[in-house]
Amino acid sequence: MKRAPTHSYPGINLGERHASAHKATEVVTFGFWVFLMSDLVYFGLMFAIYITMIDAQAGGPGPHELFDLHSIFAQTLILLTSSLTVGLAMLALKYNLPRVRIVFWFAVTLVLGLSFLVLEVRDFMAMAEKGGVPQRSGFLSAFFGLVPLHGLHVAAGCLWLIVLGIQLRVMGMTDRIKSRVVRLALFWHFLDLIWIGIITIVYFGGLAYG
Amino acid sequence: MITQDQGFFGRLTWDSFPVAALIRHPGTNEIVANAAAAVVVVGVVVVVALLSWFRLWGPLWRDWLTSADHKKIGIMYVVFAVVMLARGVLEGVVMRAQQAAGPGDGFLAAEHFAELFSTHGTIMIFFVAVPFVFGIANYVVPLMIGARDVAFPVMNQISLGLTVSAGMMLMVSLVVGEFSTGGWTAYPPYTGAAFNPGVGPDYWIWAIVVSGIGTTLTGINFAVTIYKLRAPGMTFMRLPMYCWTIICSSILIVFAMPPLGVAALLLAADRYLDFHFFTNDLGGNMMNYANLFWLFGHPEVYLLVLPAYGIYSEVFATFSAKRLYGYNSLVIATMSIAILSFTVWLHHFFTMGQSALINAVFGIATMLIAIPTGVKVYDWMATLWRGRIRFSVPMLYGLAFLMLFVIGGLSGVILANPTVDYQVHNTLFLVAHFHNVLLPGVLFGLLAAYNYWFPKAFGFRLNEGWGRVSVALWTLGFMLTFLPLYFVGLLGMPRRSFSWEDPDFHPYMIVALIGALVVLGALLSVLVQLWVSIRDRDRTRVPAGDPWDGRTLEWSIPAPPPAYNFAIIPRVSDRDEFAAAKEGGAAYPSPAAYEDIDIPRNTGIGFILCVLSGVWMFALVWWIWWLAILASVLIILAIIFWSFDSSTELTIPAEEVRKAHEAWLEQVRQAPAIDRDDETTSRNRGLARPDLEPAT
Amino acid sequence: MDRRSEMHRRERRRYLIGFGGSLGLTLAVFAIAYRFGIETPGVYLAIGLLGLAQLVVQLVYFLHIDRRRSSREDLDLVLFSTLVLLIIICGTVWILGNLAHRMHMHVM
Repeated sequence: MKRAPTHSYPGINLGERHASAHKATEVVTFGFWVFLMSDLVYFGLMFAIYITMIDAQAGGPGPHELFDLHSIFAQTLILLTSSLTVGLAMLALKYNLPRVRIVFWFAVTLVLGLSFLVLEVRDFMAMAEKGGVPQRSGFLSAFFGLVPLHGLHVAAGCLWLIVLGIQLRVMGMTDRIKSRVVRLALFWHFLDLIWIGIITIVYFGGLAYG
Repeated sequence: MITQDQGFFGRLTWDSFPVAALIRHPGTNEIVANAAAAVVVVGVVVVVALLSWFRLWGPLWRDWLTSADHKKIGIMYVVFAVVMLARGVLEGVVMRAQQAAGPGDGFLAAEHFAELFSTHGTIMIFFVAVPFVFGIANYVVPLMIGARDVAFPVMNQISLGLTVSAGMMLMVSLVVGEFSTGGWTAYPPYTGAAFNPGVGPDYWIWAIVVSGIGTTLTGINFAVTIYKLRAPGMTFMRLPMYCWTIICSSILIVFAMPPLGVAALLLAADRYLDFHFFTNDLGGNMMNYANLFWLFGHPEVYLLVLPAYGIYSEVFATFSAKRLYGYNSLVIATMSIAILSFTVWLHHFFTMGQSALINAVFGIATMLIAIPTGVKVYDWMATLWRGRIRFSVPMLYGLAFLMLFVIGGLSGVILANPTVDYQVHNTLFLVAHFHNVLLPGVLFGLLAAYNYWFPKAFGFRLNEGWGRVSVALWTLGFMLTFLPLYFVGLLGMPRRSFSWEDPDFHPYMIVALIGALVVLGALLSVLVQLWVSIRDRDRTRVPAGDPWDGRTLEWSIPAPPPAYNFAIIPRVSDRDEFAAAKEGGAAYPSPAAYEDIDIPRNTGIGFILCVLSGVWMFALVWWIWWLAILASVLIILAIIFWSFDSSTELTIPAEEVRKAHEAWLEQVRQAPAIDRDDETTSRNRGLARPDLEPAT
Repeated sequence: MDRRSEMHRRERRRYLIGFGGSLGLTLAVFAIAYRFGIETPGVYLAIGLLGLAQLVVQLVYFLHIDRRRSSREDLDLVLFSTLVLLIIICGTVWILGNLAHRMHMHVM
């Protein structure tokens, strides 16, 4: 089956085997990309604000006192692995593997996402013990405006994983559900990209210039 | 900063109602405030009573509130915008009256005056201009590109719901508590918790955040709709100019609304959680706010004016009976303006203290925008040149726009020079400038669109005579109100001042008040025109659907269009597809076969989110935490439940489509083909006789 | 082995390559930071470049953005967003950096 060029959705896609889902998915996925770009501007601005506020520590604790690189390293590995597992869930869907495979990779991703959140919250609590609360300085406000925003996205992604996992059981492999899996995978990869920005600019940048 | 001792209703008490102040110490100021609150309350009561009396709750729910049809959503947007416009205009008149009552303090308290200019600006930008622009776009864009609906019909409904609930917050602020006094820009630290602990800035913040989400979703929707749902054969270079401006405007929304959301949310973090983004102490930096706000603010004005440019492009072409002149250059100019609009935001704060180099860079970037805009003005004039012009109402708005907008644009070029800006910043000169681009630019365009596409939406034409009266009153009212402000601004009168002393200002203030009253008359004339047109609708029906000898696809279908828009999706081979079809004798074809059509099914999710987001905002403003949490949870649950719904489309059988379409084709055959000169007479049934000799 | 499982294998390998690449880059970043200390001149530049490389790797291998004809529109969208983002971020940092400099804002 040859598809018209305007209907071949690029990037992550379902492929020819899901022709009916593919066409519906194309428009929705493109829309989701546009949404992600809008979301990207939110993050971009928070990065810009963080950069302008690195110096605004107002005598409070700074990056050297507060950042725990070991924990950041662990979080990075977890998030990176979860990006792989969500990709494998996508592939299981694309190649019509048994549904249990998709659910399995979903579950692994969910566990990884939740572990990431646990580590992140532990970091925040450790920071707070050292006086690193957002109310302390402009720098800390900028930090807590940005990093938890990413964490909130991860939490939303976890909720989405759960809901979609239930919908896979209840509603079955409909076109709609397939398209949602594609978007969830996109969203999850996007969060990984933002995290690279966070380790590079927030953590290492903070340590280098703060 | 949040204090601990609050009751069940947060900080909401009896004293929060302006009525309390009226009873304690009555005065002109309190009477004006309570009159406004009374208008809101009485308005709601009257609407509820009328709906109950005529038993319209059922139809309202079934046909409108739960509809995901882009046409109905578009109409609801416009109705909402007009209601808000009425409030905005009234506030403008009160402000003009206050300043005309000088020298001295006038009749309003300073705080009250500050609330007036804050709500006036907020309403006019976010709840008049944006919903009006996207109401028209909602109606017209899918029809123009040959689509059955927008890309995401339910999301469209949600956008409307969020915009309306945010607008309602401004209405609620009249009755409960007070609105922000920080202007529509809400600059901290003045709007921070340290200087402004009341509910005013919170109303502003949440109204902006929620309507901003709605607008962002709209932007995504229209970008995708135009990108992906064009009829076969409609390449980008065959896209009607109006759709080009809407796609550019949507892209601006996608990238420019986030800065506003960030600015408002960070201000909220400062106010609610004691963060230090924009505070005076502990490393906060209020200049970050100005920067963020105008990162949004400048693209915002272009996302409003570009669609108006698109409307004028359609109007000039249609009523000159010519192809739009310089289509390619208009497309390039539109894209250039869209990109350039991201590079000029600093001109809103030339005086903040950055180096002359930075000011010069942004000043030059600002002046550059005049080039593509100038290209557009010449293209429009060239479209008119040797056209067979009819001075219909939309055309008259267009001509008023051409002349007045150039003045506003040029005063913008003056302001783009940082050295001049240092002299006139924060004066009424600036107020005159942006009203000069927003009224003749955006508002006249929207009114032209309203007159132009009304017959398509409702099946009958608007009254021509009252339309002309409207044009005259708007134009005259605008000139009387705002041209004097240029002069008084150059004399040095600051904007937003509730009190002034220099007697030289007085004559200008009087003229401006007279102008404001004329503008009020103009608004009334629009309503009278609507009423007269509805009364006379039997004589002005245009069922065949093409009252103005239109050139684009939306005129090739019935007026009003069926729910599915096109019985058969057209194949496009020309930029002015319908004009080409008429000239080639290929208009109104009888399709060989019909097919089943899927249209979006009704859903209540938009309305539910409208109500819940309204409750959520109110709870946050008044610190009613349990309610805020409850509303948040319900919003998330509502979305999750909705995502389980699998039957979102309704199928209209091919037979039904065939019957409706053939009945309409029969109507077209019966209608008299009328010459353009007769299009305002009652002979016009919506079938145009194209002039086969093209204008030279 | 039929064509389908062949393609599946190939795509899975693609994900694994992306994962391996990202993992290598991450390890390199942290290794540099631990080995040389983040304040050493040039180290932050190296970390920044590695971060950029990681973005590209993930865009290509996870998000499947490349220069093939079929993914052009995504590439266009990403590039346009990057342009706008660069204008916004660089402009912000330029303006506020200049203001901080002129106002002697060294809040310590």
